Amino acid sequence: MNSRRDYDVVIIGAGMSGLAAGIRLAHFGRKVCIFERHNAVGGLNGFYGIDGRRYDVGLHALTNFSRPGVRGTPLVKLLRQLRIDREEFALCEQRGSRIAFGPRGETELRFTNDFAVLESEVATRFPRQIDGFRALVAAVRAFDDVALDAPAVSARGVVRSHISDPLLEDMLFCPLMYYGSPTERDMDFGQFVIMFKALFLEGFARPLEGVRVILRVLLAKYRAAGGERRMKCGVRRIEARGGSAHALELDDGTEVTARHIISSIGAPETERLITGEVPVGGIATPPGRLSFVETITVFNREPASFGWGEDTIVFFNDSERFSYESPQAEVDTRSGVICLPNNFQYGPGKSLPEGLLRVTCLARPELWSALPDEEYRAAKRRWFAAVQESARRFLPSPGGAVAPEDAVVATDMFTPRTITRYTGHLGGAIYGSPVKNRHGRTALDNLYLCGTDQGFLGIIGAMLSGISMANLHVLQKETPKL
Amino acid sequence: MTKDECKQVVLDIIADIAPDEDLSNVKPEVRLRDQLQLDSMDFLDIVMELRKRHGIEVPEADYMQLASLDSCAEYLTPKFNALAGKS
Repeated sequence: MNSRRDYDVVIIGAGMSGLAAGIRLAHFGRKVCIFERHNAVGGLNGFYGIDGRRYDVGLHALTNFSRPGVRGTPLVKLLRQLRIDREEFALCEQRGSRIAFGPRGETELRFTNDFAVLESEVATRFPRQIDGFRALVAAVRAFDDVALDAPAVSARGVVRSHISDPLLEDMLFCPLMYYGSPTERDMDFGQFVIMFKALFLEGFARPLEGVRVILRVLLAKYRAAGGERRMKCGVRRIEARGGSAHALELDDGTEVTARHIISSIGAPETERLITGEVPVGGIATPPGRLSFVETITVFNREPASFGWGEDTIVFFNDSERFSYESPQAEVDTRSGVICLPNNFQYGPGKSLPEGLLRVTCLARPELWSALPDEEYRAAKRRWFAAVQESARRFLPSPGGAVAPEDAVVATDMFTPRTITRYTGHLGGAIYGSPVKNRHGRTALDNLYLCGTDQGFLGIIGAMLSGISMANLHVLQKETPKL
Repeated sequence: MTKDECKQVVLDIIADIAPDEDLSNVKPEVRLRDQLQLDSMDFLDIVMELRKRHGIEVPEADYMQLASLDSCAEYLTPKFNALAGKS
């Protein structure tokens, strides 16, 4: 522990965005400290260990993957801004993914990191829609998705102006919503564009060892740049005076001061910390309503041995329309996302030590948080089975000598309750508030937001959010002007 | 410091900021933006690295002086030499 109590910049939360902001600021000589309540870094993209196994929390795949030589992409910007060599992330590309709709996944669109595959799938399955699809893609490419002032426009509206088949419309929305939308039923078109580029025009990749590789790189950069961090010590109060954040009170009761504060913990979560002379309208951002459960199954062999070796990610839906909203029951198993982390192109002789199957479905946080402990455990067991049963309809029938059920060596499951407990996000809202704040400004003039509620999505988006906010509110402001 | 040394200082900074760019054939008289993929974030970084590494201040109104390697050398070499004279 160090005794310094005054910083140029304090960052609340050591997730991807907070670490990225910290690296920029420390690199350019600012005295920075990151305060993190949890005992591990990563936030919504961390990892944890049980019985000697390590599990990633958020990361199915890193989206926004672009290959070396492709210029101007979010990944390239991020690597430059953080002075990270591409090799350090050791990214391995996906094998291939699918969107499977219908009770048995009868209608299918495959996609890979080559956009031509999706385009040709749409042309084959939806021949009448391909011109509209191409027009939509042109609109996506032409849209300025990094503008900080774009007005909100319904993505459903824009998509329907190009595509008239509701099945194709829903199939395109399903992956984009599941991988980043805090908004029920519709998305802002700007967010749709970010996600469309991240998933379809760019693509999926992953380090062999998962998210911890990325976190390790970020931590090493931050440390080398001279950044400080304190774990197991969050910020519990921001004292407002005269329109500014005057001081911060830490969980251990000590007070620190800083010229700038960047909070990555979410907009409503940050607003709740403000006390003292609270500005009018200072607590205004609605929390998100969307949360998820995820089941994790560990096998003693590769999923390929059951005939599940081709799919990296499968986005599924069994109903006529795809419903992306907070469910009536604890979990909605009609739709979901299957991830097989073994199915990335790790290269010859490289593979994960065990087989993994992860399935994510929408969940209703209020119902999970209200359960007494014993019923909570029972609900987890019940829904674990229901989620598996639903997802298995969209995977090939198992072949091979050993059935998947007989190869299971461990399982785990997280719920909205787990998310709130470990990340502090209200209502387990992984994607934060539906109201995004691109400027990151708050009611206090030296307190800014980064991360989920600033509105760049995915883990590359999270890091770019931290970078952009550190640049905009601290580094650019303090670069000499005449 | 000579103008050639000054150009090398700028190239070294760009090499660190944008290691994915090929800097072996940068033409000194051509605008950097026209031969390399550098955006406004990258130019801000060049300015901040000049300050961090060499104590050189480039006010916002002078950013256009950094357009090409030649103009960088014209603008920055006297600043480097003035700084060296002081110490």
